Amino acid sequence: MNVKKLLIEPLRKTNPVTVLVLGICSCLAVTAKLKPALVMGVSVTVVTALSNFIISLLRKGIPNRIRIIVQLLVVSTLVILVDQFLKAFAYDVSKQLSVYVGLIITNCIIMGRLEAFALSHGPGESFLDGLGNGLGYSLILIIVAFFRELLGSGTLLGYQIIPQSWYEAGYQNNGLMILPPMALIVIGIVMWINNSKTESK
Amino acid sequence: MNGKLKWLASWFEKHQPKGRWSWLGSTYEAFHTFAFTPNRVTSRGSHVRDAVDLKRAMITVVIALMPAMIFGMWNIGYQHYLATPEPLTSNPSPFTCFWFGFLRMLPMLAVSYIVGLGIEFTFAQIRHHQVNEGFLVTGFLIPMIMPVTTPLWQLALATAFAVIIGKEVFGGTGMNFLNPALVARAFLFFSYPTRMSGDNVWIAADLWGTDAIAGATPLAELAAGMQPSASVLDMLIGTIPGSTCETSVIAILLGAIILLVTGIASWRIMLSVILGGGLMGLLFNTIGANTYMQLPFYYHYLMGGFMFGAVFMATDPVTAAQTNIGKWIYGFLIGAFAVMLRVLNPAYPEGMMLSILLMNCFAPLIDHCVVARNIKRRQKRALIKSKVTAR
Repeated sequence: MNVKKLLIEPLRKTNPVTVLVLGICSCLAVTAKLKPALVMGVSVTVVTALSNFIISLLRKGIPNRIRIIVQLLVVSTLVILVDQFLKAFAYDVSKQLSVYVGLIITNCIIMGRLEAFALSHGPGESFLDGLGNGLGYSLILIIVAFFRELLGSGTLLGYQIIPQSWYEAGYQNNGLMILPPMALIVIGIVMWINNSKTESK
Repeated sequence: MNGKLKWLASWFEKHQPKGRWSWLGSTYEAFHTFAFTPNRVTSRGSHVRDAVDLKRAMITVVIALMPAMIFGMWNIGYQHYLATPEPLTSNPSPFTCFWFGFLRMLPMLAVSYIVGLGIEFTFAQIRHHQVNEGFLVTGFLIPMIMPVTTPLWQLALATAFAVIIGKEVFGGTGMNFLNPALVARAFLFFSYPTRMSGDNVWIAADLWGTDAIAGATPLAELAAGMQPSASVLDMLIGTIPGSTCETSVIAILLGAIILLVTGIASWRIMLSVILGGGLMGLLFNTIGANTYMQLPFYYHYLMGGFMFGAVFMATDPVTAAQTNIGKWIYGFLIGAFAVMLRVLNPAYPEGMMLSILLMNCFAPLIDHCVVARNIKRRQKRALIKSKVTAR
C-alpha cells in the first residue's frame, strides 16, 4: 500500500477540482469567505473518506445492479450526520453554508471516487484515497477563498488584514471578488498555473 | 541600405540577441519591424497581400479616435473650470482647458500602454510568438471610456485583467471573444462601483488627485427620475460631464466618417445599432409609462456612450458577428438592449457597455445560425435541381 502516493497525488497531479474538474459548483458557492470554505472542505473530506471506507468494506456484498442506490444510501447517511453535527456545534457556519452541506450528496467527487476506486480496492487504501481527494478539494477551496476574502473584503477568517491606513490612502476592496463570476475566474487561474507546472514535467 | 538610417540598421544588426539572450527574440523582432520593413520574402507560391495589414488598420482606428480624444481633453478642463469658482480662471481660454485635460489624460494613457504592452511582450516572449499590434487600439480606448477621476492603480489593474483574462488566455490578438477595452471597464464597474458611477466621479477637482466635484451626467439625472439639465445642443457638442472622451457626438461622428471611408469598420453594424436603439426608444415612447419612457428617442443617441459604443466598440472586427446578416442582427440587438437597460433598470444608468459585452458572447451563435440557414437553403435548392435533372 503506497500511502504517500494515495495522499499526495490528489493534491496536485490528479486534483479532483483542477485536473478532473469535479465539484466545481460548491467551489463557486462557498468560497466568498475563508471560514465556510474551511468547514466545507473538512465536511467533504470526512464524507469522502468514510464513504470510501464503508463502500469498500461492503463491495463484495453489493449486487452490481443496485450499487448506486447503496452508495447513495451510505453517502446521504454520512452527509446527514455531518449536517446535524454542524447544526449542533457550529450553528453560524452551518447557516452560512445553508443547502450546500446537504448538496455534498451530489458532489461528483464522492461518487467518482466510490465508482473508480472504492469498488475495486481494500478498505485501508480506499480510506486514504478518499482522504487524499477530500484534501485536494479542500486545498483548492482554501486557495480560492483566501484570495476572494483577502481582496474582496480585506479580511481573513473575519480578521482585518489590510491596514486601515491603506484605505485612507485610497485603497478599495474589490467588489467583483465577492461576486460568483470571480470564483470561476480564480479557479481558472489556479488550473492554469497547476496545469502549466504539471504538464511541463 | 543606403539611407541616413544606416547607423540604426547596423545597430540592430550588431545587437541581434544570440546565445544567452536569444530568449528575447520576439522583443527584438518587435522593435526591429517597428523601425524597418522586414526584408524577408516568401520563396515559393503566390501570396496575395493587401496593403492594409494589421498595423495599418490599427493606426487608422487610432487616427479616427483622435477627434474624440482631443475634444475629450478639452472637455475635462472645461468641466473642471466650469465647476470650480476660482476668480483667476473663471473665463479660461480653450488652450488652458485643453492643457488641463491633456495633463489629466497623459498619466492614464501612459499607465494603460505600459501595463498592457508589458503583459503583451511578456506573453509573446513566453509563447515564442511575435509581438503584434493588437494592443495599440485597446490601450488607446481604455482611458477614453473611464471617468476622469479613476485612480491610476485601478486603471492598471483593469488593464492587466482585460489583457490577461479578456485576451491572452484565449490565445491573444484575434482569438478573444470579448472586447478587451470593455472588459477593463466592466471589471472596474463591478469591482469599484463607487468610482465608476454616481455623481461624484465625472469632474476632476484638481490636476493630480482622484477627488471629484459633484456633477451628474444626463443619464444619471434620468435614472433618478429628473429631466436632463443639459440641452440637446450641449449633448450634441459634448460639453456635458461623462466618461473622458465619449461625450461629443460630433467628434465621434468625425471618427466614424474616417472609419467608413477607409472601410475599416462595418457600416452595417453602425447603422443597425442606431436603428435598434431608435426603434426601442420609439417603442418606449408609445408605452410612455413614466418620464424616462416619454423621452424623445433621439436623446438616447446623444447621451452617455451610445455613439462611442456604436462607432468604436460594436464594430471591433474580432468580437463582432462576421456574416453580413449576422452583423445586422448583432448590431440591432446591441442598440435595443442598450436602450432597454437604460430605461428599465435604474441600477445601471448606462446600458451600452453591458449590451455590447452580451452581444459579443452571442456573436458566434448568430454567425452559426446564419451559416446553417444558408447551407440548408442551398442544400434544398441543390436537391430540387438534382431531382429535375434525374427526371
